[in-house]
Amino acid sequence: MPQILVEALAKTYRVAERAPGLAGALRGLVWRQWRPVHALVDVSFSLEAGELLAFIGPNGAGKSTTVKILSGILRPSSGRVEVGGLVPYEDRIRHVARIGVVFGQRSQLWWDLPIVDGFDLLADIYRVEPARYRQRRDELVAMLRLEPLLAQPVRQLSLGQRMRAEFAAALLHDPDILFLDEPTIGLDAPSKLAVRDFVRRLNRERGVTVLLTTHDMQDVEALAERVIVIGQGRLLADGPFASLRAGVLAERRLHIDFAGPAPTLDLPGVTVRVGGERSLELAFDPAKIPTPKLIAAIATQHAVEDVHVDEVAIEEVITRFYELHALTEGAPEA
Amino acid sequence: MLPAARPYLAAFRARFQLMLQYRTAALAGFATQCWWGGIKIMVLAAFYAANEAAAPISLRDAVTYVWLGQALLALLPWLVDPEVSQAVRTGGVGYDRLRPLDAYGYWYARTLGWMLARALPRALLMMLAAGIVLPLAGLGAWAWQPPAGLVAALLFVISFALMVALATAILMLANIVVAASLNERGVNAVLAPMVIVFSGQLLPLNFFPESVQTMLHLQPFAGLVDIPFRIYFADLAGAVAVQSLALQAAWTVVLIGVGRVAMERVMRRLEMQGS
Repeated sequence: MPQILVEALAKTYRVAERAPGLAGALRGLVWRQWRPVHALVDVSFSLEAGELLAFIGPNGAGKSTTVKILSGILRPSSGRVEVGGLVPYEDRIRHVARIGVVFGQRSQLWWDLPIVDGFDLLADIYRVEPARYRQRRDELVAMLRLEPLLAQPVRQLSLGQRMRAEFAAALLHDPDILFLDEPTIGLDAPSKLAVRDFVRRLNRERGVTVLLTTHDMQDVEALAERVIVIGQGRLLADGPFASLRAGVLAERRLHIDFAGPAPTLDLPGVTVRVGGERSLELAFDPAKIPTPKLIAAIATQHAVEDVHVDEVAIEEVITRFYELHALTEGAPEA
Repeated sequence: MLPAARPYLAAFRARFQLMLQYRTAALAGFATQCWWGGIKIMVLAAFYAANEAAAPISLRDAVTYVWLGQALLALLPWLVDPEVSQAVRTGGVGYDRLRPLDAYGYWYARTLGWMLARALPRALLMMLAAGIVLPLAGLGAWAWQPPAGLVAALLFVISFALMVALATAILMLANIVVAASLNERGVNAVLAPMVIVFSGQLLPLNFFPESVQTMLHLQPFAGLVDIPFRIYFADLAGAVAVQSLALQAAWTVVLIGVGRVAMERVMRRLEMQGS
């Protein structure tokens, strides 16, 4: 049986709505109109123990709502959720003892307390046996390089330092499952790398199941074997990123530097994306015209100095995917 | 230490220790409460000078009542726990839901820690000022007197414990309303005058007209000030004192019960907006 099972999950919020202006405000005093907002519509997926899954999707897609339901904070409107055999919102106390959660935009540490005091308090809250707690804490402190920060109050930490402390805080009770809601948001590059490295080690070495939401495509590239794309509350894709890429934007990019002025090329199935004075960037589908054949075709006719082939950047794949599903806000019509 | 109680004790202790750091607030509170105490005593003295026979308690007891009230003002549930209002506004409530704890118990322990830590330094300073400095300065008639006797002292200890438990239960109800309405101002605006009048903080409840006495004694806020303080100087003694303790305990149990049900309902429809 999978560790996380989600079937036909739906969550509808009721939002009060009023007409703009003073007249609308006055009318709203007497008669309020409610509009249902469907945050999640019929979402189903499952996750085996030890998997690492990334949830991606535009803002407001329902990623965070899913994490909040899975972690037991919110109740769904309908559908079935089981995590480790428990229904999170029915059996909240037993459920939350077995999971760790990090919200990138909130802090679970006590603002005025030194980090280490916050850890002690969490150990008491989760009833972690003292000897085990010390061992666990020292391990996490070493892995996350928190030693020099332990005596500092949380409010004095930089965001990157705080996030490292947040990860330790979420793991002191040794949970089997870790939920991460935008864990790298706002972090600088080295901190992002540190977070990714830590999450990967946790997943590979400790077998912790990880479910993360993110907007950072490099998180996805670095971490996730499996990606779920969610948009307007619906599940749009579920699988390895490579298959998503193949389904959306199979094309590759060929950059060519010529010895002389760039020639005009007219090859079937190949489009020129960017043309420079002495270079070209071509887009092509390797299924229609194999890469070696294309290079050979050009190199035999023109004096080529250098070539390299790229896949489409992950951001572009995702943007195209959102466009295909009409998910981009304010995007120009294609 | 009971393993079941460990998280709640830890939450209480953390809040208590943290709040004790705020020395300036404690000193400012003490100064304000001295000032108001002085004014209230002068007003009472004027009443007593006009018609002492009409007063239900002696001036000496009334003065002690005022000092006790000023010393323990921070134990009155007239201000919603700011940590709860902040958690509600920032969404920190979500993290509270992630703790493997009874949600009501967790908040109760924290609110209790907050109240006691605010009250402790102010009460000690007030005891020093009104109980020791005033008599030494030759103003013994206006001083905070010790309890009426050993029995009164023991009964007061019990009544004081119940007063704290009851105050926290009332504050929890206010916290829950804040969690439901997402704003603490309205709750504070309604709570403060109600608590100050009906607890007897403004005026001992037996100064009110005879016809409303029974009702005033039976309502829950009486257990916050009027009952414990009148037990202190044995205005409530013997069977009446025991019955009053039972009343305090009963209201505490009832309000905790109501709070638990209300909290469960509010948390069920909790929404955590944004990301």
